[in-house]
Amino acid sequence: MSKKTIVSFKLNGAAIDVMVEPRELLIHTLREKLSITGPHIGCETSHCGACTVDIDGASVKSCTVLTVQCEGAELLTIEGFAKGGVLHPLQEGFTQEHGLQCGFCTPGMITRAYRLLQENPNPTEEEIRFWMAGNLCRCTGYQNIVKAIQYAAAKMRGETVTTSHPLMAEISA
Amino acid sequence: MDQNVENHERLEKLEGIGCSRKRREDPRFIQGKGNYVDDIKLPGMLFAVMVRSPYAHAKIKSIDTTKAKAHPGVHAVLTADDLKPLKLHWMPTLAGDVQAVLADGYVSFQNQEVAFVVADDRYVAADAAELVEVDYEELPVVVDPFKALLPDAPVIRPDLDGKNVGAHGARKHHNHIFNWQIGDKDKTDRAFSDAEVTVAQDMHYPRVHPCPLETCGSVASYDAIRGDLTVWITSQAPHVVRTVVGLLSSIPESKIRIISPDIGGGFGNKVGVYPGYVCAIVASIVLGRPVKWIESRSENLTTTAFARDYWMSGELAADKSGKIKALRVNVTADHGAFDACADPTKWPAGMFHVCTGSYDIPNAHVSVDGVYTNKFPGGVSYRCSFRVTEAVYLVERMIDVLAQKLNIDKAEIRKRNFIKYEQFPYLTPLGLEFDSGNYMPALEKVLEAVDYNALRAEQAQKRADPTCPTLMGIGITTFTEIVGAGPSKSCDILGIGMFDSCEIRVHPDGSAIARMGTISQGQGHQTTYAQIIASESGIAASQIAVEEGDTSTAPYGLGTYGSRSTPVAGAAVARASRKIREKARKIAAHLLEVSPDDLEFDLDQFKVKGDPAKAKTMKEIAWAAYNNVPDGMEMGLEAVDYYDPPNFTFPFGAYLCVVDVHKKTGETKVRRFYALDDCGTRINPMIIEGQIHGGLTEGFAVAMGQELPYDEQGNVLGGTLMDYFLPTSMETPHWETDFTVTPSPHHPIGAKGVAESPHVGSIPCFSNAMVDAFAHLGTTHFNMPYNSYRVWQHAKSLGL
Ligand code: FES
Ligand code: FES
Repeated sequence: MSKKTIVSFKLNGAAIDVMVEPRELLIHTLREKLSITGPHIGCETSHCGACTVDIDGASVKSCTVLTVQCEGAELLTIEGFAKGGVLHPLQEGFTQEHGLQCGFCTPGMITRAYRLLQENPNPTEEEIRFWMAGNLCRCTGYQNIVKAIQYAAAKMRGETVTTSHPLMAEISA
Repeated sequence: MDQNVENHERLEKLEGIGCSRKRREDPRFIQGKGNYVDDIKLPGMLFAVMVRSPYAHAKIKSIDTTKAKAHPGVHAVLTADDLKPLKLHWMPTLAGDVQAVLADGYVSFQNQEVAFVVADDRYVAADAAELVEVDYEELPVVVDPFKALLPDAPVIRPDLDGKNVGAHGARKHHNHIFNWQIGDKDKTDRAFSDAEVTVAQDMHYPRVHPCPLETCGSVASYDAIRGDLTVWITSQAPHVVRTVVGLLSSIPESKIRIISPDIGGGFGNKVGVYPGYVCAIVASIVLGRPVKWIESRSENLTTTAFARDYWMSGELAADKSGKIKALRVNVTADHGAFDACADPTKWPAGMFHVCTGSYDIPNAHVSVDGVYTNKFPGGVSYRCSFRVTEAVYLVERMIDVLAQKLNIDKAEIRKRNFIKYEQFPYLTPLGLEFDSGNYMPALEKVLEAVDYNALRAEQAQKRADPTCPTLMGIGITTFTEIVGAGPSKSCDILGIGMFDSCEIRVHPDGSAIARMGTISQGQGHQTTYAQIIASESGIAASQIAVEEGDTSTAPYGLGTYGSRSTPVAGAAVARASRKIREKARKIAAHLLEVSPDDLEFDLDQFKVKGDPAKAKTMKEIAWAAYNNVPDGMEMGLEAVDYYDPPNFTFPFGAYLCVVDVHKKTGETKVRRFYALDDCGTRINPMIIEGQIHGGLTEGFAVAMGQELPYDEQGNVLGGTLMDYFLPTSMETPHWETDFTVTPSPHHPIGAKGVAESPHVGSIPCFSNAMVDAFAHLGTTHFNMPYNSYRVWQHAKSLGL
C-alpha cells in the first residue's frame, strides 16, 4: 500500500478534505469515501459515461481521473442538482419525457446534458446526439433522452413546456 | 357538473389502465438516490475479486495462495479445495447440468473462476489477486461446435466421463449435451418430397451478450449468531435464487433473505446464479463479515451468460404460389463449457418451437443438438423469451428466402401465409396454441404508413442506375412472440411451476401496499402494477405502494424475464385486486343495507343500482373493513393471488426497415424503422413506447455490430466495450412506433407483455433489409452482425 495524501476540493458546494492513495480513482473516492453514489460504474474504461461528473466546468468520466488530480477543483455531481427540494429542469425533463428506465445511466446523462446546456442553451437534436455520444444507455434507445434534454432546454430558456406523454391521451371518459 | 367531465376527473385521479402515468421510480433515480447493489455498504464489509484462467482449456497442476494470503489487508483466498468440504465447489445449473464454482482441477473456458480473494477494499483485493500463483498445463481447445463433435475432439467435460444420458436424454458423443426434437418428422419429410418448391438456408445467430449497463454483483452477509443469511444480489429472480442457495447451503429457506435492490438493467443477464455469488456467500459465512463481489465489465462480457450462438439450417417446402407446406429446422446449439441455459426444465431449446411464426404451416419438424465447447456458459434469453429470438429469426429469414426464389413480393408472401383471424385459437404443428392474433390489418397499416409501393419503386430505380453509390434494402417482419412462461403443466424451473404472485393489503385510510414475486429492472413495475390495481379495485394509483424484490416480504414468484411480468404477475395483480373489490362490495352492501347484487362498481365506489346518490367510496369501505364488517366476515381488506396461467400469450407485430448501404465502404444507414406492436391491452402507453424504443435499439445493436467471437486458442475477442458494440446516441436510428390492440382472451385484463417483441422482431427485420439490399445480385442470406467491414466484404464478393 502506498502512502496516502490529503486532497481538498469543493463537492456540490461543500468543502471536502479526503485522504486517498495516489492511485485512487475519483469514482471510488466519491462512491466509497464520500457517500456520493449517484455516479455509477459501468465499465471503468471511459466508455460508458455512467460515472460522469462536472469538474471545473468540464464533463469528466470520473473512472479516468485520479482523485489527487482534483486538488482545488470544483466538482458537481447529480447530488448537487436539486436545490431546496426543487428539481433541476433536466431532472424534471427526464421524468416528463420518460428519459430513463433502469436509471443506471441517468446521473451521468443528466450531468453531461447539464454541461451541454451551459455551452449551448438551444441545441438541435443532432447537436444533442453528438454531445451525448459518450454516455451509453442500454434501456431507452436515446430518443426520449433527446426529448428530455429539449424539454429542459426550453424550460431553462423560460419557455412553457409540456410532456409529450399526456396522462389521458389514450383514454376517453 | 357535467357527468363526462366529472368522470374524466375521477379517471384522471385514479391513474388506471391506459394512462401515461409518470413513473414512481424516477424521483430516486434522477437525484442519484437509487440503491443498486454496489451502493450497498455494511459495517465491516469486505471486497472480493475473482482470479480467472487466462487459458480456455488447461489442467490446473497447482494453486499457490501463500503470497496472496500474506498480503496486508487480505482476509481469505478461496479455491476449490476450500469449497470441497462444503460440497460447494460445483453447483447445479438451471438446465440440469453442473458448473464448477471454482475450477476443480481443470479449466474449460477463458476467464473461468479459479480463486476468490477477499480483502479490505477493492484495491487490496486486486493487488492480492495478482499474487495467486496458478500452474496450468494447456490442453487442446475447441471453440467450434461442429469440430467439438468430431470423434477425436478434446474432451471438454472429464467429469461427465461415461455418462451417456444427460438431463435431456441420450448423449451421442463426449461433447454432446442433448438432442431435442419436436413435430411430426415423417409427415414433414413427406411434404418436402411432394413439394413443388423447396428452399434451404444455413444461418448463424452469433454469440452475443445482453450487457446491461450495471454488471452483476452481490453482497452477502451472514449473521452467525442468528444463523441468518442476507444476500443483496442483481437478480431477475430472487425467489429462485433463495431456493438454489437453500439447496446448496442446507440453510433453510426461512433463514435466507434474498434482496434484489434497484437493478441497472437485466435483459436476461441476471437470471442465473453465478460462481461469484456463491463464493461471496461462503466467504461471508467463513469470515463472519459481509462480503461484496462486483464483476468488472470484462468479467460480465466474458463469463456471466451469453445469449444465442445457434447454428441453424432452415428449409421450407411450398407450392408455386408461395403457400408454405412444411418447415424443417436443424440446429446446432453451442452451449459453452457448462450447460447453464435458462430454460424451462422440459424444454432444452426453450420455446424455439414457436418457429412456425405467424404463418399457417401445416407440417413442421425441429431438431436441436446442444454441444459443449471451450467457451463460457450461458444461453440466456437476451431480451426475449427462451430461444424465441432465434426461432423468429429463422422463420422470418426463411420466408424471405422463399419469396426471392419464387419472385414474390416479401409483403405479399406473408399475406398469403398468415394465420387468419378466424383461425384463432390456432394449434401449431409444433403443439402450441396461439390464443389470438390479427396479422393482416397490422401489416397493411404499416405498408400504408410508409407508402410501401413508393419505396419499392424507388428501390427499382436505384437498382437500375449503375452510378447510384448506395444499395437500398427494405426489410419486413411480421412476427409472433410467445411470452408469459408459463403454464405449470409445461413450464417449471427446478421443479417449481412458473406461476407468479401478488399480495395486496388495503390500509384503514384506503391506501394500499402490494407485493409481487417479480422484480423490475427498469420496466417500471412500481408504476404499472399500481395502475392495474387502481382500475380493478378503485384505489387511486398514487395511494398504492408497490414492493418487490425482497424474499422476506414478497410472496414467492418466479421473477422477471421472458416478458412474463405483465402476462403472469400482472394477472395475479388483477385477480388479487378483484378479490379486494368483491370483499369491498360485501362491506359496502352491509353499510348501505342492500344486497351485494344491488350494487354496481363505478371507478372508485359502489353505487346502488337505480339510486346512484347512495354510494360508498373505496376509502369509506376500507375504513369500515377495520371496524364495521358484516356478521361472520373477517376484519381487514387483504388478498393474495397465485396465478398459474392457462396458456402463454402471443404478442405480435409488423415492422418495416429501410437501409441505404454504401457500395464501396459497406457503411449502412438505417433510413427508416417503423414498428407496429400489438401487446393487447395497453397499461401505460408511455412506458410501452419506452420499452419498444429500448428493444429496437438492442435489436439494432445485435444486428449491426454485436458478437463475441473466439480465436482458435479460445481467447474471447469481444470482451470490452472497446470491442463489443453498444450503440451510442449517434448511431441509434430514429424509431417510429404504432400499435393495434388484440387483447389476449385468457388474460384477466387482456394484456400480453411487450418489452421483448421489439428485440425479437427487429433483428430479422434488419437482416431482411440488409439481404434485400443485395437480393437482386443473388444474395439470399449473409450472417450478422452487419458492421461495415463485413458488409464491405460481402459487397466485394459480389464484384461491387
Ligand atoms: S465507468 Fe467511467 S466511463 Fe464507464
Ligand atoms: S436507463 Fe438503463 S441504462 Fe439508461
